[in-house]
Amino acid sequence: MELTGELTGADRRLVTAMGPGLPLCRRPFREIGARAGLSEKNVITALKRMLEAGIISRLGVVVRHHELGYKANAMVVWDIADEDVDQIGERFKTFDFITLCYRRKRRPPQWPYNLFSMIHGRERQAVLAQVDELARACGLEDAPREILFSGRRFKQRGAVYNSGGAL
Amino acid sequence: MSAGLDDIDKAIINGLQGGFPLSEEPFAEAGMRLGLDEDDLIARIQKMLDDGALTRFGPMYHAEKLGGGLSLAAMKVPEADFDAVAEKVNAHPEVAHNYARDHAFNMWFVLATGAPGRIEQVIAAIEEETGLKVYNMPKIEEFYIGLSFGA
Repeated sequence: MELTGELTGADRRLVTAMGPGLPLCRRPFREIGARAGLSEKNVITALKRMLEAGIISRLGVVVRHHELGYKANAMVVWDIADEDVDQIGERFKTFDFITLCYRRKRRPPQWPYNLFSMIHGRERQAVLAQVDELARACGLEDAPREILFSGRRFKQRGAVYNSGGAL
Repeated sequence: MSAGLDDIDKAIINGLQGGFPLSEEPFAEAGMRLGLDEDDLIARIQKMLDDGALTRFGPMYHAEKLGGGLSLAAMKVPEADFDAVAEKVNAHPEVAHNYARDHAFNMWFVLATGAPGRIEQVIAAIEEETGLKVYNMPKIEEFYIGLSFGA
């Protein structure tokens, strides 16, 4: 995928050189630098800057949560009045069992829901109890909602970016 | 709990879902925090990648800040066609992950593209290839991304 954002040419080469991950060796940033035509020091500086700017949200291990026992992966969707959704979204993020929370575009009439919250739990019953707790605490007992547990996972990988050429 | 993860592996997962040191010898520095030799840390991360406990080791990007497009899309796929449709959808490199969910909207996937305008093109291609409507549900606001997991 060709990147079009406000990255320097060196940043783009760096993103491409990292590909899906860092090399597992003692001096990974030197290795990345060799691929990108950058010094180890410049790689480290650029990565610090990209982390501070939030271009990289984090750097580390990315877990396959299902294999860690998080088998009850629920997308809990709510239909919240547009004027209330910011306040509810802010409230949701104070619950530590919520792993992601977004406002998304509704697709009426098929899909009226605009607030998406993810709960990754180990057991389905525990997740259902958490959804009840959330609804009670936020006064949303009567708000339309649905809980979509995940079934099979067909693909899980991060996005892979490169700076060269169109697809 | 995944078989084969011992307490040290769990400590690595709990300690390294972010905050990997930006230094010349980052595994040595991270290993120090975990009480592990750098080569041992490297070998354990490699093994967890090989065993599938980890999907990757490296950066997680914020797609929009990187200049890319990101969206969540859903489809209503007839059960009998589900695997064939999944294969067509997943063949697109822009599909970052794809889950079946128990709902009339039974296929949910994340699209991550280099250019924001590419999202619509990929959706149009998927609709053309599968004959099914794709419901794009782009993000309007992000309240929280705390996606990290205790092992």
